[in-house]
This record gives sequence, structure tokens and C-alpha cells, in this order.
Amino acid sequence: MTKITLVAFDGTRFDVDAENGSTVMENAIRNSVPGIEAECGGACACATCHVYVDDAWTDKVGTPEPMEEDMLDFAYDVRPTSRLSCQIKVRSELDGLVVHVPERQA
Amino acid sequence: MSTPIETDVVIIGAGPVGLFAVFELGLYDLKCHLIDILDRPGGQCAELYPEKPIYDIPAWPEISGQALVDRLMEQISPFKPEFHFNRMVSGFRKLDNGRFEVETDEGELLHCHAVVIAAGGGSFQPKRPPVPGIEVYEGTSVFYSVRRMEEFRGKDLLIVGGGDSALDWTLNLQPVAKSVTLVHRRPDFRAAPDSVNKMFAMREEGKINFQVGQVTGLKGEDGQLSAAMVKGPDGDIDIACDRMLPFFGLTMKLGPIADWGLNQHENLIAVDTEKFETSIPGVFAIGDINWYPGKLKLILSGFHEAALMTQAAARLARPDTKMVFQYTTSSTSLQKKLGVQ
Ligand SMILES: Cc1cc2nc3c(=O)[nH]c(=O)nc-3n(C[C@H](O)[C@H](O)[C@H](O)COP(=O)(O)OP(=O)(O)OC[C@H]3O[C@@H](n4cnc5c(N)ncnc54)[C@H](O)[C@@H]3O)c2cc1C
Ligand code: FES
Repeated sequence: MTKITLVAFDGTRFDVDAENGSTVMENAIRNSVPGIEAECGGACACATCHVYVDDAWTDKVGTPEPMEEDMLDFAYDVRPTSRLSCQIKVRSELDGLVVHVPERQA
Repeated sequence: MSTPIETDVVIIGAGPVGLFAVFELGLYDLKCHLIDILDRPGGQCAELYPEKPIYDIPAWPEISGQALVDRLMEQISPFKPEFHFNRMVSGFRKLDNGRFEVETDEGELLHCHAVVIAAGGGSFQPKRPPVPGIEVYEGTSVFYSVRRMEEFRGKDLLIVGGGDSALDWTLNLQPVAKSVTLVHRRPDFRAAPDSVNKMFAMREEGKINFQVGQVTGLKGEDGQLSAAMVKGPDGDIDIACDRMLPFFGLTMKLGPIADWGLNQHENLIAVDTEKFETSIPGVFAIGDINWYPGKLKLILSGFHEAALMTQAAARLARPDTKMVFQYTTSSTSLQKKLGVQ
């Protein structure tokens, strides 16, 4: 298990024990984190699971693949730390990861 | 008023389930017309995930969305289905002779014995970009598609997006508009490289402007756009414009189907699990659009529904013909229809 934290737009923190190999989006949905819609169920086809990776974690999490970058075109207020949470796989190195939910999804 | 097209079955929606229904209905000699708002077949598979692999199509360990559509098109080709693309079905009614009349938003009429609603998640419609207050400008200054290029003549046009529609319209409207500015959040594009190169060439020649950034707000009184606020790499700027064309992909909306008087269950059409018939006899619903206890929105479930629906539709359309159950493997008459005999 890896501990990750999702911070909702209103500041509420959701600390969850995430299984390695699962996606950050799946953990958000399982724990009913508000603001993550994930309409396409994790297929990188909807951009409604957009998050900002906390500045301290951007290097470890890494940058989006081209397909994810294309999909981010449809998200709202995209920043350099933007990722689609269905494309971030939980792994041991990400223990302590913090991601922030944006004001709204596209 | 146009002369109605006479056929056996009208299928609303050319997604994978509507396509496979052509095959099942075809085995019973029923001729089909399909209507779809998209410009090509395949529904969600073609529009949302053409290149992604699907792993749960029986006997296909892995197949991409587009490959599945291509295979279905090949499989149904012996039955010569007729497609009406770029058309939305606006409504239908029952005629005095017991047949149905289906109408499109272009005013075409089709007459048929049975209507099959295979409308999936609803019709694909342009996505509204997440710009606060954009609604006020829609239809006067903000448009999601180009019906007539003339409407943009002499305008200061802002085009937003990085896909093929955004690039194509940048290139096509440049000669018509007074000025064209393309805004995209990054200098890389999803669009065809050829159009991207043409766009950059036009920018070199000073014919269009290209700005990296995201639209955050709109300015202008009474729905008349005067400028768009754009957050770019060097801060916030205003770009003067009086027309905007945002291209942010497509989303599915139930659309007119909601008003057809069919029994519904949370925006889905309620059907029985014997015939997949709606509350109106002769009108069937299959695939993602229907609901019954235990429903799963899977392609394979939709295929099964198409087969069972066909039994009822065939009885309706050919009341005097005895229904004979046959296998495609062994029936010479089915094989003749498939063109393999
Ligand atoms: C990213 C993603 C991955 C998926 N992966 C799988 C998978 O692995 N396995 C699986 O089984 N399923 C999967 N699905 C679900 C599968 O795509 C759907 O179950 C399937 O597309 C449903 O087919 P359909 O023909 O019922 O509807 P759709 O594919 O939704 O097609 C309906 C068509 O009807 C048209 N239409 C609707 N209303 C009107 C109208 N009034 N006038 C004109 N046209 C209209 C629409 O434009 C559309 O083209 C996935 C879906 C997505 C989004
Ligand atoms: S859930 Fe749709 S892109 Fe992540």
C-alpha cells in the first residue's frame, strides 16, 4: 500500500491507502473525492480526471505521454503541473504523493 | 416537403450496435437505413477511442475501436445498408397505415415498419469550453460549427483549439475573415501535420496570428463579443475579436430523444428483455441507450440485443412469413444472402 493525498478544491484532504498499480483516478472515485468525474472510466478519452500534481512531486510523477498531453487540451486551466489522474499509476516511490483537484473539470 | 424514402427499418445511430443490427435484420431480408449526426460510422468507438484496444469482444483477444468498426462495415456490406450522415433524427410518428415516419433535422422523411433506436449515449454535440459566461454569446458571437462561411466575412475571428477542426477552419476562413487569430494552449497540435505546417506558413506571411494560451473570459455587451481574455505564457492579454469558434471536441447529449414520449429510466429508454421493445410497439431500443434490470453498457450486450430485437422486428415487418431459425454455418439461404454461396 502507498499513501497518497487528494486535496479537493475546497481544501478538504483525502488521505488514502492506494494499491500499487492502481491509478490515482481510481482511488479518487473509490473515496468519492469531489471534482473528479472520470467520465470515460480511465481510458484517457475525456479529460475529466484532471489534477495538479503538488510542486514537490512533479519530478517523481513525471510528464504526460503525448496522448495524455493531447487530451489535456480539453481540460480547464491547464498548468505545467497538470496531469490526468487516470494516467498516474501508484507505485512505492510515490508514497506521500499529494495532488490537487482543480476548480472544475471540462 | 421531400418524398419519403420507403424502407423496412430505420436505425437511429450508426454506432457498433446499430451497425450489427443491420446484419441481424439483413438475415431476415429487412432493408435498413441508418441515420447519424456524425460524418462516419462507429459511434463512440470511432469518435472517442479509435486507436485504443478493446479486450472483451468475443473471439477478438484485442481489437482497436476503429478496427472493430471497419470489421462491422465489412460484415454488413452484403446487406447494402444506406447511411444518412450529418443528420440528427428530430422525431418520428406513427402513420395511419401502421408504419412509422422518421424525420431528420434536414427535413428528410423515411417510412418504415420498425424504428430501432441505437443512439448510444445520445447524439454527439460540440463541447462547450469551460469559459465562464460563454452562454451569453452563443448563437450571436460564439459558434461551435461553421454552417456558412459567409457568416464570417469581414469579421475579426478568434479560433480556439488544436485539433483538425480548429486548424482546418483557420486555413479555410482566413481568406474570408478580416482577421484570424488561432489560440491554443501549447505550440504542439493534434491536427494533421500538413495543416499545422500550412498554418505556420500563413503566420510567417503575416496572414494570421497564432497565440499560445487559454481563454479565461469574454468581454462585450449584449452578447456582442468585443474581446477574449487569454492567459498566455507571458501573462494575461486581451485579443480583440467579434466572432469566436471554439473547438473542444464532442460530447454526447440525449437530445431530442428525451421528448419522444418513450418510457424512461434515468435518461435511458426502458425496454423489455425479450424483444428490446420500448413503450411504443414497433419502436425498439438497443445498445447503450436502453435500460432493463441488469443492463451492462457493453458492446457485446448490444450485439445480443440486436439479435433478439430482430426476431420481433421481422415478425412485425413480415407478418405472413414464417420465422425459421437457421445457422449461418449451414443454411444455404442465409449464405446466399451473405453472398458466400
Ligand atoms: C473510452 C471508452 C472505452 C470503452 N471500452 C469498452 C470496452 O472495452 N468494451 C466494451 O464492450 N465497451 C466499451 N466502451 C463502451 C462502448 O463504446 C459502448 O457500449 C458502445 O459504443 C455502444 O454502442 P452503441 O451503438 O449503442 O452507441 P454509440 O457508440 O454511442 O453510438 C450511437 C450513435 O448514435 C448517434 N445518435 C444518437 N442520437 C442521435 C440522433 N437523434 N440523431 C442522429 N444520430 C444520433 C450518435 O451520434 C452515435 O454515433 C467504451 C466506451 C468508451 C467511451
Ligand atoms: S478518466 Fe477520462 S481521461 Fe482520465
